[in-house]
Amino acid sequence: MSSEWPLWEIFIRGQHGMSHRHVGSLHAPDAKMAIKNARDVYTRRNEGVSIWAVEALHIAASVPSDKGPLFEPSRSKVYRHPTFFDIPDDAGSM
Amino acid sequence: MYAQVLDQNDSGVKSREDMSEQEQIFQARIDAGEKIEPKDWMPDAYRAMLIRQIGQHAHSEIVGQLPEGNWITRAPTLERKAILLAKVQDEAGHGLYLYAAAETLGVSRDQLTEMLHQGRMKYSSIFNYPTLTWADIGAVGWLVDGAAIMNQVPLQRTSYGPYARAMVRICKEESFHQRQGFAIMMKMANGNDAQRRMAQDALDRMWFPSLMMFGPPDKDSTHSTRSMAWRIKINGNDELRQKFVDQTAPQIEFLSLTCPDNNLKWNEEKQGYDYTDPDWKEFFAVLKGNGPCNKERLGARVKAWEDGAWVRDGLMAHARKNAARTVAKGENENVQ
Repeated sequence: MSSEWPLWEIFIRGQHGMSHRHVGSLHAPDAKMAIKNARDVYTRRNEGVSIWAVEALHIAASVPSDKGPLFEPSRSKVYRHPTFFDIPDDAGSM
Repeated sequence: MYAQVLDQNDSGVKSREDMSEQEQIFQARIDAGEKIEPKDWMPDAYRAMLIRQIGQHAHSEIVGQLPEGNWITRAPTLERKAILLAKVQDEAGHGLYLYAAAETLGVSRDQLTEMLHQGRMKYSSIFNYPTLTWADIGAVGWLVDGAAIMNQVPLQRTSYGPYARAMVRICKEESFHQRQGFAIMMKMANGNDAQRRMAQDALDRMWFPSLMMFGPPDKDSTHSTRSMAWRIKINGNDELRQKFVDQTAPQIEFLSLTCPDNNLKWNEEKQGYDYTDPDWKEFFAVLKGNGPCNKERLGARVKAWEDGAWVRDGLMAHARKNAARTVAKGENENVQ
């Protein structure tokens, strides 16, 4: 029997109210063990207060060749950034 | 810890004209400092070279636990024992980050393990030397991890994203390793005569094997050109070795120990130390499997793998049974 454990992606939330962040992956037979292993591997130095483990095959990802159609449209929309607008200093804090 | 670039099939760099259009775009991305990610197109040789290097690096972390694990039960105090245990646990983590990076290239964990066990993939030659006394644990942290850091810091800028990110994590944790080693050496060097002799003996035995960690001299190494063009490797072997000697020589003096190399001398002109190269015949013999501990190290890995098979299988069978039971009950025990 091939016994390679499934791959899990691990997300950790740090102490300061940030959202969970991807930190790496590991193999584990099930969710419970994935969280136990993640604790040992990714939180040895107080890196986190919460762990998410997601089996890698459940992650849907964009493909590199779609980079253009997906992300280029936002490049031309510079007005979405506040610095686009010239507001005189006299107008006060804004 | 770190793996040397041990046995790459590197046939040199292709000229622009010889590259396909895809290869040209790829090289341009690397030259622009862009990171290559798992799903991006890459030349087969780039993929193969990375699997080899990252795999060897991962194996080195795992095999590297053995010489140090040897002293966990015999550490002189409870505090030293806890520290060594934490250090060896870190090495397991480093191996894991690196295996995970290699797996993004399409090789499985089991395949990598198998290639190590069959001797088709190497690990760093340094771990085929024994740790005979407690002072060796100090020397390993100070010199071996010190040499590893010198190699690994530039690898944080390597072209393959998952490898670079693994290196960032590893480097963050590595300086604890070197400092705990140096702290042991300070204690021993400032101890009684027997302890000082032990510290000196450890340095005597570890010095040249540590220099070997940077790989053979660049002039004898045909392997570097392509991996440097692809930014899989960033610095030359001799350059890093020199840097290591320059950093370590004053530390030897600080400990009032003597370097086993009589030719170690400051060279004002080159603003660096002159030193004797290690015995490269010994290096290649150890790589071939004829070092003092090769059989023992690989034997220990194979035994751990085989003895652990029933645990791996059992946990997997348990997980499958549980999953089937959960489906049958129509339950969902996932947390939100």
